Amino acid sequence: MRRPLCWFLGHAVLFAVPLVAQQSSPSTASPDQADNAAVMQKIRDLEDRVIALEGQIRILKSQQQSAPATAAPTAGTASPQGPSTGEPTTQAAGAAAQATAPQGTPVPPAGSVPSAGEGITQATTLGGAGGSAAKALNPDMSMIGDFIAGVGHNPINPTPSLQMHESELGVQAIIDPYARGDFFLSFGEEGVNLEEGYITLTALPAGFVAKVGKFRGAFGKVNTMHNHVLPWVDRPLVNNNLVGGEDGLNDAGISVQRILPAPKGIFMELTGQLFRGDSGDQQHPLFQASTKDDVSALGHLRAFKDITESTNLDLGASYSQGHNSAGANFLTRLYGIDATVRWKPLRRSIYHSFVGRGEFIWSQRQQLPFEQRAFGFYTSADYQLGRRWFVGGRFDRSGEAENASLIDKGFSAVLTYWPSEFSQIRGQYRFTRYPGNIDAHELFMQVMFSLGAHGAHPF
Amino acid sequence: MERVMSCSRWIAGFALAMLALGFLSPTLAHAKKLNVMTSTTDMAALTQEVGGDKVNVDSIAKGYQDPHFVEAKPSFLLKLRQADLLISVGLQLEIGWLPPLITQSGNPRIQVGAGGYLDASQFAQILEIPQGTVTRAEGDVHPLGNPHYWLDPDNGRRIAKGIAGKLGDLDPGDAAYFQQRFQDFDKRLSAAEQKWDGEMKPYRGRKVVTYHRSFPNFAQHFGLDVIGYVEPRPGIPPTPSHTLELIQLMKRENAKVVLVEPYFDLKTPQSIGRATGAQVIVYLPSVGGEKQVTNYFELFDYDINLLTKAFQAAQ
Repeated sequence: MRRPLCWFLGHAVLFAVPLVAQQSSPSTASPDQADNAAVMQKIRDLEDRVIALEGQIRILKSQQQSAPATAAPTAGTASPQGPSTGEPTTQAAGAAAQATAPQGTPVPPAGSVPSAGEGITQATTLGGAGGSAAKALNPDMSMIGDFIAGVGHNPINPTPSLQMHESELGVQAIIDPYARGDFFLSFGEEGVNLEEGYITLTALPAGFVAKVGKFRGAFGKVNTMHNHVLPWVDRPLVNNNLVGGEDGLNDAGISVQRILPAPKGIFMELTGQLFRGDSGDQQHPLFQASTKDDVSALGHLRAFKDITESTNLDLGASYSQGHNSAGANFLTRLYGIDATVRWKPLRRSIYHSFVGRGEFIWSQRQQLPFEQRAFGFYTSADYQLGRRWFVGGRFDRSGEAENASLIDKGFSAVLTYWPSEFSQIRGQYRFTRYPGNIDAHELFMQVMFSLGAHGAHPF
Repeated sequence: MERVMSCSRWIAGFALAMLALGFLSPTLAHAKKLNVMTSTTDMAALTQEVGGDKVNVDSIAKGYQDPHFVEAKPSFLLKLRQADLLISVGLQLEIGWLPPLITQSGNPRIQVGAGGYLDASQFAQILEIPQGTVTRAEGDVHPLGNPHYWLDPDNGRRIAKGIAGKLGDLDPGDAAYFQQRFQDFDKRLSAAEQKWDGEMKPYRGRKVVTYHRSFPNFAQHFGLDVIGYVEPRPGIPPTPSHTLELIQLMKRENAKVVLVEPYFDLKTPQSIGRATGAQVIVYLPSVGGEKQVTNYFELFDYDINLLTKAFQAAQ
């Protein structure tokens, strides 16, 4: 697309220059210098116009990414080569073939395109676009690999010696001017799990932002994080025991959030979410809907304040309730508080940073013979030593949801190395003391690597 | 039945609370001045030039901050939600932090593709657009071309013109004002450009080394030759073997100036400086990199002053 156009523009300039020269020489009787200045000025103007055109081409190319994907299915049937090669060809490619078709292949008229895609199809025809333009319609794809090796003995919660813990496929795109879509498919060593898949409505009135689909609930901090953004190999004990394990509070539902007015540059945001009522992984069930009415609800209030340009404080309060596996008449209520202090000096932001964090969670689980009230928390600190090195630690303590008198305790020390932004190697020593003084000493090594364009996660 | 009641009551209550909040807070869309947010200070400076006192301008990143790695702090959302226009540098410079901010802003005006979103790269001459296949074996490459394009006064003029047009679209009543501001900026910039060209003329063809690939447009405009980079590949920190190669290259090519962006560590550049006798200078890629550099003109004044002194000292 680029080359023919540049060729054309280049020739246009070449032809234009003598023309300009011819025009200007007889009209002005002034010395050569003035002539030259005028020609130079015209060349500069032409240069500006070429640059402006190049810019428009870039914008058109990138706009194809946000164009409605409806063009693709129609095109598959419209293309003459479609069935023989088995490759889905888009309308844009078909139209391009029409423009350049050497053998005079019959191509259906472009009139069948949905109206929204018309302008774009025309634009690609002008530029003589081929297959690469068709790819521009594809969403951003990414794959993140998470490999964990572990040594040590843990009789309560054993982990494999070597595992490809997770392979997360991300498919993300802007859907239309009103929404974007994000899918995260999590492949274990066997089986696939829809970790998240939702549409975010970004153009709602009165500053509302809504999500519809399956997503991680906004309960505290760790529950919202994907494995690859955690500062540890594992999740804290309190999340395992009280908030549904690795899968966490993650369900199909609807979310609405809005920034609240607050004084003195404080950022306040309220999130309300409604879920079907099934959350938690197999070992750590949290909510279970026995009937359609057993929906679960979640509310989260977040306050954020910049203390200086490099230090900020982030506080949150969360509440969630849903029905548990004891039956439709039994509720589990969760209360949570989280606090985060961050420090990152802006002039050396890529070299040093600090994050201190704590989450405190109370669980009230109705069950027979009587309700269990468990409490758990973790506190952690992570310091960036240099551009590629991070060191951190975490202290854990949590009761068990179904038997609050059983307390698990532990601590971890973590060292992370980043060869680049797109890969990291992590070592973690973990000590856990289970009830009955059963101790586990474990050492983990994790390798994570990221392919493609993975969209940034919320702060 | 009782449970169903309590559940639906919960939902209804929540919906009511949200609606009430929506109506309570005043919408600021019809304020007299246009609220413009930019991703970097340079775009803010250019917007200020053409927008004058008809706009409020603020930028997300600071001038002394690495624009690739800005934290998407929620405090930025407070400003973004009231913005009538968001101007980004584009070419994936802000890919790590701007998209989530836009999504969470709750502001339909500035969503990508909406009328209040402007990607300034469309106006500028873009260099180093990779040809052929791009892989990350080349480091953190920008597949759409080098996003550090504002350090060429000609691009500054083109961007300012584009912004003036956009401001006129959003505020047609003041379109003539913005055009007149642009004409004035154009004149002042042309005069300054002559001065800068004159100051840099003796040093055309000089060979320099930069830390990151943030200098091609400046180098092209003022006729400098960037022969190498302290980073072995974009975004990859210096390695001993690459540093040794670079020192050899600089000695061979007689490069006597190393330019470092204010957000990089000076240790490696200084050891290169000691090994080659080159001047190591902390140049400013952006307005606001130092307190006294408050606009687009002062940015070039500062950098050209620094460069000419370094070239003189290197002679």
